[in-house]
Amino acid sequence: MNLTLKVWRQSGPQDKGKIVDYAVKDINSHMSFLEMLDVLNEELIAKGEEPIAFDHDCREGICGSCSMMIDGIPHGPDRGTTACQLHMRRFKDGDVVYVEPWQAKAFPVIKDLVVDRSAFDRIIQSGGFVSINTGNAQDANALPVNKDSAEAAFDAAACIGCGACVAACPNASAMLFVAAKVSHLGKLPQGQPERAKRVQSMVSTMDTEGFGSCTNTFECEAACPKEISVTNIAQMNRDYMQSSLGD
Amino acid sequence: MNLDAKIPSGPIAEKWDKHRFNLKVVNPANKRKYKVLVVGSGLAGASAAASLAELGYDVDCFCFQDSPRRAHSIAAQGGINAAKNYQNDGDSIYRLFYDTVKGGDYRAREANVYRLAQVSNNIIDQCVAQGVPFARDYGGLLANRSFGGAQVSRTFYARGQTGQQLLLGAYSALSRQIGAGKVKMHARTEMLDLVLVDGHARGIVTRNLVSGKIQSWAGDAVILATGGYGNVFYLSTNAKGCNVTAAYRAYKRGAGFANPCFTQIHPTCIPVSGDYQSKLTLMSESLRNDGRVWVPAEGGDKRAAGDISEAERDYYLERRYPSFGNLVPRDVASRAAKKACDEGRGVGETGLGVYLDFADAINRLGEDQVRARYGNLFHMYEKITGENPYQVPMRIYPAVHYTMGGLWVDYNLMSNVPGLHVLGEANFSDHGANRLGASALMQGLADGYFVIPYTIGDYLATSSGDKVSTEQQEFKDAEAQANQQVDKFLSIGGKRSPDSFHKELGKIMWEYCGMARNEAGLKTALEKIPALREEFWENLSVPGSGADFNTTLEKAGRVADFLEFGEMMCNDALLRTESCGGHFREEYQSEEGEALRDDENFCHGAIWEYSGAGNAPTRHREELEFEYVKLTQRSYK
Ligand SMILES: Cc1cc2nc3c(=O)[nH]c(=O)nc-3n(C[C@H](O)[C@H](O)[C@H](O)COP(=O)(O)OP(=O)(O)OC[C@H]3O[C@@H](n4cnc5c(N)ncnc54)[C@H](O)[C@@H]3O)c2cc1C
Ligand code: FES
Repeated sequence: MNLTLKVWRQSGPQDKGKIVDYAVKDINSHMSFLEMLDVLNEELIAKGEEPIAFDHDCREGICGSCSMMIDGIPHGPDRGTTACQLHMRRFKDGDVVYVEPWQAKAFPVIKDLVVDRSAFDRIIQSGGFVSINTGNAQDANALPVNKDSAEAAFDAAACIGCGACVAACPNASAMLFVAAKVSHLGKLPQGQPERAKRVQSMVSTMDTEGFGSCTNTFECEAACPKEISVTNIAQMNRDYMQSSLGD
Repeated sequence: MNLDAKIPSGPIAEKWDKHRFNLKVVNPANKRKYKVLVVGSGLAGASAAASLAELGYDVDCFCFQDSPRRAHSIAAQGGINAAKNYQNDGDSIYRLFYDTVKGGDYRAREANVYRLAQVSNNIIDQCVAQGVPFARDYGGLLANRSFGGAQVSRTFYARGQTGQQLLLGAYSALSRQIGAGKVKMHARTEMLDLVLVDGHARGIVTRNLVSGKIQSWAGDAVILATGGYGNVFYLSTNAKGCNVTAAYRAYKRGAGFANPCFTQIHPTCIPVSGDYQSKLTLMSESLRNDGRVWVPAEGGDKRAAGDISEAERDYYLERRYPSFGNLVPRDVASRAAKKACDEGRGVGETGLGVYLDFADAINRLGEDQVRARYGNLFHMYEKITGENPYQVPMRIYPAVHYTMGGLWVDYNLMSNVPGLHVLGEANFSDHGANRLGASALMQGLADGYFVIPYTIGDYLATSSGDKVSTEQQEFKDAEAQANQQVDKFLSIGGKRSPDSFHKELGKIMWEYCGMARNEAGLKTALEKIPALREEFWENLSVPGSGADFNTTLEKAGRVADFLEFGEMMCNDALLRTESCGGHFREEYQSEEGEALRDDENFCHGAIWEYSGAGNAPTRHREELEFEYVKLTQRSYK
């Protein structure tokens, strides 16, 4: 199949950036979206032009590196799917496809489709952990965890930190990302001692990093490649209220 | 080259305890005076950086991804082994040790493997305490599954995302130390060289992948936890960025590279579909718990799987290896798949595939149970192939997955270059010629959480304690070299991309140094690789500049190293005239087609020493002694 790509090109943080059109030809429907970009990039390099910069690593939907808006949707049209797992069989001959970076104040563009998501790391650094030093642990089975809680904790822990939730949100809020971590640890006995402190510090860092506030549009859940539920946000709000009341 | 493994004396079960007692310790107040540079933030690097910072050391940690959470460890699926014996099925530290030595086809150091088995239990405790959501039974206790090469259920798992959950655990511990100001994290920073001062590893040179800045870092010790080199084959299950650069540059500075030809081909990956393919996707080995491997009994049978009756199928693993069946170790399963395909019985469009069939499991357990166990893997398979594995059997084929070879280390995980420590997949220590499933995660975390925090103290306490500065000539020279290389890449102005060279190298490696190797093929590869390398340096195209984010430039550096490293692998494979584990030399096989070791001549690790550009490297040996596990021909019948 042949496609027209309209790709955001921006040479660096200072550049204004613009959409550039590219014709891609003879695309095999078994290719992944990123493999299609590889093909285009190879052509660009052969012509001595700079290829389109995009983040990627595992290409298995788990590392959270890949991050691009495809036709205005984070990671593209398939639900529960990262850009690297999106396959060209989803498109048809003659399609015109827009490819752009995440847009959020807290995620400044580095180049083309590559953005700086280190704000997410700083949120975790402010409290997204259990404070246990290496060597201090008791026997793993000394602390049984109800299977349903363990499963629910897992569902929240499945977050890959890609930032699609922020990119999808009209306010560029990081609520789903923060809530996923707060809930993962909040649902486990190990997470209890720091539960109140954790939610307070993570929310405060989220605010200082320049993420917007949540107005319950739930675009985040729809965009999340790991289908993390917005019920985590409700849970986090409860934790936040309670911890603010000081008990 | 000093290759003293420093194995403690005494009975194997007491070595580690005794050694820990004998190791020098750095007193708590002095620890913060020591700077440790940790390169890598995967399971090995993140666990080491966090644990060392908790102890009080001043740590700098580096990774090339945009966040330490994205290290390749994140992609591990199936699980992590430990000798907990929670299932009461006869597991023990000794059994895990035994299985690992045997699985590695007797090419690993017994003492290291025993310690690995010992600390395996602490790892599970530590991870649970961090909040890693392992699978649990209804009673709330931890669940286990079985993996290849073992007859007990000792694998702990978190659905099909064990690596993700373990890495996020280590990342959270690391993040806590970053937040506390004890670790300085440098993401999007690639190590390009190791700096030696007076023969000791005292620093590194890096390139900031965003600004292009080349810079040096000085420290009291260096830890490389930079992962494996499977991407020398271009197509592998490794993440795209995995590379040999850090390890290879250390080799060029004098660190011995051990057993480079020991690579693992994983039996269950999604087959290649076309030339555009950028990577291969693993379907976790845990699937072999419930999936049955088969091909049509007759060659050339092109009917759909569902149209082939039971009687016309060959469940070749169950037939050839009745006691281990579908759970034979990886090297055995991979070669058996290759054999079936070579006989013309392969399935799928290319004929390079075998079936992994879940019909029986679905009948026995119900689709829901199967979904609960493997849902995300089935989902991934469907995404990639467009086929639904609940309805038709998966098609799988072996692919490059893991590298047992790596930088040589002693019992303290220190290389022959004093001060240079190597952890995780980047070292060669524990898996011999073949790694058992679920043992890499165990080793990475053992090294980082439970070995290096003890052993590095011994090095630091006995080192000179003199401080070095990046203003010293050694650093300036290394920086200048790194700058020159960048300039060189940018100035060639040829026609071919780094990827095009990488693909071509990968094809040579897979063809001649892949699942089966022979003398003639390896010699052919040894002619083709230098020729390709020559073209690379004349016809490479790297558009853009060195002073900003330039992914082509990053790749050029990695491919340049692979092009030299591939040659070392082939040489290693050529000179090891025996078959063992993942290294299968066609000339050396039993009548039944199993790997035939030559213990008399090859019961050793082969360690390569760099001898300068253009000179053949020197091959050294570390003789291996087996006191506890008797050397026998592996049998999984
Ligand atoms: C698909 C897949 C599934 C797997 N499943 C399992 C499993 O179920 N069980 C199991 O036990 N094992 C499994 N493995 C193997 C296991 O995941 C790896 O061996 C292990 O995670 C390696 O960990 P590591 O810390 O040594 O290296 P990695 O996780 O690869 O980390 C390397 C780190 O080094 C950094 N780095 C590399 N080079 C440089 C450089 N030049 N400069 C700066 N930083 C650098 C990277 O940024 C990264 O942070 C699997 C592997 C794959 C590919
Ligand atoms: S590249 Fe890892 S999630 Fe897409």
